[in-house]
Amino acid sequence: MRLHTLPVHRLGELMERKEFSSEELVRNYLEHISRVEDEIKALVTVTEEAALAQARAVDEKRARGEEISPLAGIPMAITDNICTEGVKTTCASRMLYNFVPPYDADAAARLKRAGAVLMGKCSMDEFSIGPAEEKSGFFSARNPFAPEAAPGGPSGGAAAVAAGEAAFTLGSDTAGSLRRPAAFCGVIGFKPTYGRVSRYGLISYASSLDQIGPFTRDMTDLALVLNIICGRDAKDSTSAAVAVPDFNKSLINDVKGLKIGLPKEYLAGAEPGVAARVREAAGKLEELGAVCEEVSMPHTAYALPAHYIISSAEASSNLARYDGVRYGLRVDAGDVLGMFSKTRSRGFGEEVKTLIMLGTYVLGAANYNDYYVKALQARTLVRQDFDRAFEKFDCLITPASPAIAHRKGKETADPLAARLSKTCSVPVNLAGVPALSLPFGMVEGLPVGLQFITRHFGEEILLRVGYTLQQNTDQTRLKPGLAC
Amino acid sequence: MTVSEKDVEQLAFFSRLDLTAEDKAAYTKSLNTILDYLAMLKELDTGAVEPAAHVLPVKNVFREDSLRQGLERELALANAPEVEEGAFVVPRIV
Amino acid sequence: MSRYEAVIGLEVHVELKTETKLFCGCSTEFGQAPNTQVCPVCLGLPGSTGVLNKKVVELAARAGLALNCKIGAYTWFDRKNYYYPDLPKGFQISQVFRPIAYQGYLDIEVDGRDKRINITRAHIEEDPGKLVHSSGSIMTSSSSFVDYNRSGMPLIEIVSEPELRSGAEAKAYLEKLKAILEYTGVSDVKMEQGSLRCDANVSVRPAGTAALGTKTEIKNMNSFRAVQRAIEYEVDRQIDVLEDGDRVVQETRAWDENKGITMSMRSKENPDYRCFIEQEVSPIELSDEWIEDLRVTIPELPDARRKRLVAEHGLPAYDAGVITSSLSLAEFFDATLEKFPDAKKISNWIMGELLRLLNARGMELGESKITPAGLASLLKLIEKGSISNKIGKEVFEAMFQEGKEPAQIVKEKGLSQISDEGQLTQIIAEVIDKNPKSVADFQSGKEQAIGFLVGQVMKATRGQANPGVVNAMLREKLAE
Repeated sequence: MRLHTLPVHRLGELMERKEFSSEELVRNYLEHISRVEDEIKALVTVTEEAALAQARAVDEKRARGEEISPLAGIPMAITDNICTEGVKTTCASRMLYNFVPPYDADAAARLKRAGAVLMGKCSMDEFSIGPAEEKSGFFSARNPFAPEAAPGGPSGGAAAVAAGEAAFTLGSDTAGSLRRPAAFCGVIGFKPTYGRVSRYGLISYASSLDQIGPFTRDMTDLALVLNIICGRDAKDSTSAAVAVPDFNKSLINDVKGLKIGLPKEYLAGAEPGVAARVREAAGKLEELGAVCEEVSMPHTAYALPAHYIISSAEASSNLARYDGVRYGLRVDAGDVLGMFSKTRSRGFGEEVKTLIMLGTYVLGAANYNDYYVKALQARTLVRQDFDRAFEKFDCLITPASPAIAHRKGKETADPLAARLSKTCSVPVNLAGVPALSLPFGMVEGLPVGLQFITRHFGEEILLRVGYTLQQNTDQTRLKPGLAC
Repeated sequence: MTVSEKDVEQLAFFSRLDLTAEDKAAYTKSLNTILDYLAMLKELDTGAVEPAAHVLPVKNVFREDSLRQGLERELALANAPEVEEGAFVVPRIV
Repeated sequence: MSRYEAVIGLEVHVELKTETKLFCGCSTEFGQAPNTQVCPVCLGLPGSTGVLNKKVVELAARAGLALNCKIGAYTWFDRKNYYYPDLPKGFQISQVFRPIAYQGYLDIEVDGRDKRINITRAHIEEDPGKLVHSSGSIMTSSSSFVDYNRSGMPLIEIVSEPELRSGAEAKAYLEKLKAILEYTGVSDVKMEQGSLRCDANVSVRPAGTAALGTKTEIKNMNSFRAVQRAIEYEVDRQIDVLEDGDRVVQETRAWDENKGITMSMRSKENPDYRCFIEQEVSPIELSDEWIEDLRVTIPELPDARRKRLVAEHGLPAYDAGVITSSLSLAEFFDATLEKFPDAKKISNWIMGELLRLLNARGMELGESKITPAGLASLLKLIEKGSISNKIGKEVFEAMFQEGKEPAQIVKEKGLSQISDEGQLTQIIAEVIDKNPKSVADFQSGKEQAIGFLVGQVMKATRGQANPGVVNAMLREKLAE
């Protein structure tokens, strides 16, 4: 049986029926990883022995007839900027090449408690900011749909799910790192409302924008994972004290009467093939009883520069702690100033350094009002665009990315060019609203992702719309061409 | 050009980064490219708009003043590049 | 009259009296082994996020109210970015833009003149860790050590307006501030443990002008006395610089207690802290109701208490000022007064014996064994005539050290006063026999001779005789 392509809920059923044990499942995945990993490069660390031990523990529990969670015994992987106790967590940076956290991120701890089996840590962009520098021993994942195409953004997490190296993964999203890679790799990526999932243990890039979320193979799996990872955490001040619904109940195959907005600014900037798929999906939803209408979100164009400024400002501060004193890399020098500067120069890659200096610039006393405050004002305007849209619409449909995955080399090392491809994703982070990235067919042999956005803590509507599309089309389940 | 090589040198110092002469030229170029792009924000009329301070209107998230077990010292120091007598070691501060 | 006027503002950091740190549950206990009170939050480990200690908000607001400040209805935290090895996150979480308390004042009195000093703000912030230099070999060691036990300790920084004009005023301000913080239970205010630290901004300008001169920031002062001395030194130094036609350099200077001078530490390289709103900690919203509920829990403060001691108990203003300068002293006074209703006598003993012994031994009141009940019993013994005032002082010192009941000490040491006429008759007869000249003097009308004779009896009884009784018996005997 090709276990590594089955969704979580199917694997759970099969284990419940004793078709195979969790240990067998994990061995199956480990074998598959050893087959494809060289090509996919989705995992920077594979925790083979711990995974087998965890799987056996779940099997024993099941044998004793104890009640277990739907994720028990399921192979998962976690992106390398989310702390895992006793397992190296590097942010794909030479700066943290040897950092072993003494604690679990809250989301990781919840998944462990639910019995999900950690297979390893996923590769990513350095600190989610710029390409992992291969010379420092880290690497970028490849797209299982076309190894020559970049997976887009920091995401072994999406590639691992698409390539069958994990049944689901956990990643983070500051500028679209859950949604764009999902779109490029033909899997589901979900950015919950800011505050829905605890950020405790997520290594900060830009605190006001970062949010943990999952990559999954289908909508049912998404609901299962969200049920575990969402909820208030007393260790994180930004974690919201908002009741978490049972997301399984949001899997409703019905969109009749739902009002869905198509923001024209998002479509105008998209490649024609991508825009066509979005319109097609909207057409399908109308067919199924939803009402789709164009809407204008006039400040969309300003989201990207505002996001650039805010994320650089916060990153320059969040990355200040890497100084060679308490953890990670240290490059020795005769005095503290020299030690700090040498350590940071060697520890960070080029794009990270650029962003830190940009952040230092926009926060500088001379530029503060022109850049930082201005960006916060733009953030307010972007958010107001959403508020107005949600007065009328239940959710919005946009492309998850204006373009399909670039063939290798096209998404260049030019930091600005890389940013410009994030026009559809960053407004969501600025507003803190939730968004679903759902595969919907292909263009030129590469997957296209839809993005559904709704109001704060309105995740249920996204699950309902995504589930309905999944049940009524064959466009949401894409199989990579690679031998995965 | 918004920032000169001299400005970048200052930014690097404030960011605790060492730049070679070559680096300096390259970063000056890329920072100017980015800043040129960011200049588009200037055209946005934000007169009376309130700057977004916090993402969500969350407030008064408090913790009771009660002790919680911290890290064993060994674990606290486990990731440190240099340790002596239970402390983190750095080059001498005058 | 000096041709110059000093302009002084103080920045006082006060550690709040909590069990745990500002954003994590680590202990705030002083003096533990390095890095034993740390966790991912106060070590700044990647991914850690902290949550605000509720008690800190309450104590900071209490301090604000006691200092007559307005309390911010909506305030938040900001990041102050700079690099230093003791700063684990590369930024300090502080309240830069919206302090919890602002626009307050406190009143001081110097040389009999009352003066109001305005307080700009009081804001919450976290303490960095501590740099320790290897044992004794500071000059030779190539390393420093970092201890993060103090990292994340809750502080309030109280910033005064530059309205102080002398070292003496600065000292009076600090003494008053310390008393208020102690009264309100905000802090232990122990300067020697670093729970109160003070930096001074000092400048001088020609008397009668309004423009401010260039200021220096003075650090490293470890007592109120040191603050006064350092400011006096610095003011004189700056005047000398100006008199020499030079300019004062804006810089940070360290007070050297042994040499009694300030020395340049580093020139201020225009620090740009690039402050912005901290996103990882929630803002604070305080309702009027909450603030008013807190306000009623503020106890009677030093000024009010001093006035009460004067008005209700007729104490001299000076005595009342000394007694109310510390809450423990004031409470000691009140408790003694409940058991022995003579305020002036109690005050005399506190101002005299108690403070003398405390000062001589460099002790806090709590470290001595004397109790209010003990002092009251002692004063009753004196009043009854069981012991003399002089013996009382001896008993007091024993109580101060050993904490025993005064009656027991009197008994153990045989200090009881002799009022028994039978016992005294014999001694008086001997004194009369041995001092015929004084007897003759007295009998020929020299009234003062009786004093010498009383003294001789007291000497013979090692001070235990009741002088009044002796005086009466002598007169009776000599009149025979």
